[in-house]
Amino acid sequence: MSIKIDEPLLESVVEPDSPDTAGKTSGANTATEPKQGALRSPALWLTVAPLVVVIGWALFPSLFSGFDPITGVPAHKLQEPSAQHWFGTDHLGRDVFARVVHGTSQTLLTAGLAVLIGLIAGTGLGLLAATAGRAADAVTMRLIDVLLAVPGFLISLIIVTAFEPGPVSLGIGVGIASIASFARVVRSEVLRVRSLDYVEAAFMNGGTYWSVVFKHILPNSCGPVLALLAVDLGVAILAISGLGFLGFGSPPPTPEWGLLIAEGRQYLASAWWLTTLPGAVIVAVVILLAGLGRHLHKIFKF
Amino acid sequence: MAAYIARRIGQALLVIWLAYTLVFLAVQLLPNDPVTIFLSADAAASPETIAAMKAQYGYDQPLLVQYFSQLTGLFRGDFGYSLASGQPVADRIGAVVGSTLILASSAFVTAVVFALIVVASATLIRITWLKRLIINLPPLFAAVPVFWLGLVLLQVLSIQLGVMSLFPDGSFASVAVPVFVLAIHVSAPIAQVLLKSTETVYAQPFIDVLRAKGASPSWIFFRHGLKNAAAPAMTISGITVGTLLAGSVITETVFARAGLGQVVLQSVTAQDVALVQGLVLLTATAFVVVNLVVDLIYPLLDPRILKSGTHGAPRALAA
Repeated sequence: MSIKIDEPLLESVVEPDSPDTAGKTSGANTATEPKQGALRSPALWLTVAPLVVVIGWALFPSLFSGFDPITGVPAHKLQEPSAQHWFGTDHLGRDVFARVVHGTSQTLLTAGLAVLIGLIAGTGLGLLAATAGRAADAVTMRLIDVLLAVPGFLISLIIVTAFEPGPVSLGIGVGIASIASFARVVRSEVLRVRSLDYVEAAFMNGGTYWSVVFKHILPNSCGPVLALLAVDLGVAILAISGLGFLGFGSPPPTPEWGLLIAEGRQYLASAWWLTTLPGAVIVAVVILLAGLGRHLHKIFKF
Repeated sequence: MAAYIARRIGQALLVIWLAYTLVFLAVQLLPNDPVTIFLSADAAASPETIAAMKAQYGYDQPLLVQYFSQLTGLFRGDFGYSLASGQPVADRIGAVVGSTLILASSAFVTAVVFALIVVASATLIRITWLKRLIINLPPLFAAVPVFWLGLVLLQVLSIQLGVMSLFPDGSFASVAVPVFVLAIHVSAPIAQVLLKSTETVYAQPFIDVLRAKGASPSWIFFRHGLKNAAAPAMTISGITVGTLLAGSVITETVFARAGLGQVVLQSVTAQDVALVQGLVLLTATAFVVVNLVVDLIYPLLDPRILKSGTHGAPRALAA
């Protein structure tokens, strides 16, 4: 939902030529020019570089912090942020920055699972709605209405209640909640591509339904979906950290972003850094992902 | 108009019924029935206890019988029994829903006011850097986790400045701060959509005509721009009902307020499927009713919707 709404932000930085003309004309020139412009823009790389660092945290946490995230040094408990402990230490003397870095993979994996479920199921539903005839469209759209009517938060809660609290149930729940937005974007994009001449030409050349859908329609509809993917990853991180904060994610010793903040809550009066700094990391990552989504949307806009 | 209203009400009822049926089916697809799930939280229960409890709450009946007795129960206001407390689900929810409704509705009104302020100032202010700053506020609001903002405000306001108590005491700050936190979160999507649609409206020729006739910028915005840009923002406002609920649960937890949040947390921790089912039905109904109201207000705002006859046209604008 939010990908179309917040484009105008970095326009002046990104585009040498007016974005209006790029949107309206469909010639090959205007389609490629903003692409190159966007790829060369420093704003895009300023968005991507910190995200690469965050992915680095997830893959090789030990490279970014020398402290142990699970066992602390009790003598160093509740220290304020310093050059040695960037984010301070918690009540067990654990380095909070190390816990944030080591928690990245947990949070990103759960969010990735959620987005993957949303992407696959949403693409399937959207494709079905857009290509399999009017009846299928009507049924699928009502199903999507229902998915929208039950808040994602509650869908996650049902899954967590029925199975047991943990990262997998959490990922599945948040993933089911994101199916609707993927399905809507895929549907509208496939409807757009399907009416283009080359799709008709592919059918006339003897293409079957499946070959045309997979060779021509899907690859050409993937731009906005990719943009949504980035935005939705941020939304999933927010949802997961919220549910983790309520205690429905990984059990305590595991460093997970939402859980870190929930643990710090008990020390609100004495140690502000325990809640404030991990939360600031979440805000930064979500903003960067939304920004990346905006850039991708612009790059793939024809 | 009558046909439009009838069609909308029909669709709304259909969605509620589908949501209910889907949740019912989903619960049946679980590896265990609600009673076994609930009792699994305790030590191993004997098969007799499980059978007795199943018989008591009707979970030993054939599926179709369960479905229809639960469905007809809904019309009598019977939402089944909470397994954890043995109380009717309707009572558990009814006891606390008021406090949450007050929080959610005041946050919603505040959010709409925030969104209007952001969009009005972004449209009317001429200073470039300030304008750009304001335009960047909604994406920032959208990225801030509700629980984190709540904790940071608690930290600053009650621990460092001492102007607010840590627990709700009925003072102005302890009422206003949770509403503010929730409103910030909910205002983000509304402001983003309203900004975008205002931009679209301002690209239309009639705005140029108004300017040429000498109308002041604020007159153009409040009398003409806002009215034409409102429809997509109303759609998104209807969709925020879900966000409001999730945000209320988290806000109530952070600020230790009584409300639906406590019931939600307890029902999940105790794995009380019946209670969660009731909560889902309640929210789905709230969502559908609010969106129905939005759909019924559209034609008053923009009579063209009735003439075009394409159902869902305003919704497509904000999709």
